[in-house]
Amino acid sequence: MKVSYYPGCSLSGTAREYGESVEAVCRRLEVELHELTNWSCCGSSSAHVTNDMLAVALAARNLEIADRVGMDLVVPCAACYHRLKVAEKELLAGKQIEGISDIYKGDFRIKHIVDFLWEDVGEGALKEKVKKQLGGLNLVCYYGCLTARPPKVTDAKRPEDPQAMDYLMKSLGANVKSWSYKTACCGGNLILTRPDIAIRLIQKILDMALEAGADCVVTGCPMCYSNLDRMQKQISKETGEKYNIPIFYLTELLGVSLGEPSAKRWLRRHFTDATLLLRRVGLT
Amino acid sequence: MMVAELSRVIVPNSGFCRKVEEMSGEKVSACFQCTKCTNGCPVTFAMDIAPHRLMHSIQLGLKGEVLHSDTIWVCASCETCNTRCPNGIDVAHIMDTLRQISQGEGIRASQSNVPIFHSVFLSSVRKHGRVSEMEMALIYYLKSQGLTGLLKQAGMGFGMLIRGKIKLIPTPIRAISQVRAIFRKAEERG
Repeated sequence: MKVSYYPGCSLSGTAREYGESVEAVCRRLEVELHELTNWSCCGSSSAHVTNDMLAVALAARNLEIADRVGMDLVVPCAACYHRLKVAEKELLAGKQIEGISDIYKGDFRIKHIVDFLWEDVGEGALKEKVKKQLGGLNLVCYYGCLTARPPKVTDAKRPEDPQAMDYLMKSLGANVKSWSYKTACCGGNLILTRPDIAIRLIQKILDMALEAGADCVVTGCPMCYSNLDRMQKQISKETGEKYNIPIFYLTELLGVSLGEPSAKRWLRRHFTDATLLLRRVGLT
Repeated sequence: MMVAELSRVIVPNSGFCRKVEEMSGEKVSACFQCTKCTNGCPVTFAMDIAPHRLMHSIQLGLKGEVLHSDTIWVCASCETCNTRCPNGIDVAHIMDTLRQISQGEGIRASQSNVPIFHSVFLSSVRKHGRVSEMEMALIYYLKSQGLTGLLKQAGMGFGMLIRGKIKLIPTPIRAISQVRAIFRKAEERG
């Protein structure tokens, strides 16, 4: 299977293990990722706060490139996915966007990696390639805000209770716990501007994951991952409660399940240790 | 100040509401105060005007209260409000519009870090076509919290570096002129 690929800025930086695991997993699943030539930033959260036209045009520039290629576009970052979907709706509605050609066919789908793996690669192909079952892992799937909401943008069928990551993890044998914080907000970039607010939201999510009986949290969003993984030491220090819950990108656990040897390298990039848990359940 | 605590008599003025509606394309006047936005909002604890009250304040024309509020700057854009609004109002988009009006009128943001963050982020995109996270974080901490603030982040920065999460040298994409043209045109059109 061949698809266009929009990695987004953080996958070569703060979310490097996400980028590495997405590429490794796709190779194993015989998915050819064709990175969009000369892709640029989607505008993320800063453009829409500043200037509506800038926000749409920055994302639309990338869709214009994808449109020329014509293959489905796979996006691992939740924020990029969201901004690209906003621009797609505008382009499909025939809106004129300054600097963007008005010949937009839109004959391709934009898919977040979770939905792509579950709906397009599919359970059959996954199960065929799985080497290790994730049986010992109790986990919760954390989707965050931007692949779910609002459904008029994301086309999510169940924006308050998405399922694809749960199905995917269950198909790998993991013990997926149900919880009501799947699409709760981690505070996003408030971690830089008002860390006190973000930390309160992060702590609540970690508490709810523990209450659900999870040993770890799985996500498909670089911002969520970074906030949950990086801040645990500080939250422990501030609250006196000890937090030590490994956070995984879904592609990391999929990689472990597929027997990908480079998984060791990804796991070393975590702030909250993830190898001890995997060793305990016999996965490394 | 909470709107409910206002002691003066308010004479409703629809001019501000019309401006917000025109700029955002959202129908603020359709809000009938069901409070679903506020009940779903994860950051009301840090807001001075709850989201449904903010909508009402716009309807009443309380421009000063709205544009000087903490609310417009602490909103995390999680989009729960617009997912649940029975009248299809994109409240998060209205927050963006209010931030834009506030900045356009030169009002000092109650949360000054927020506009600094966004402008530093966008400068990096304009320069390289993609955001350089390290450059962005460095300049953001320096501009918002000075050298002491930046140095407080040294431990985290080092942690990122040894985990290979910092791309040291940002290289602009080849088609950078297209990205810069988008910025220029967007600014011209306001």
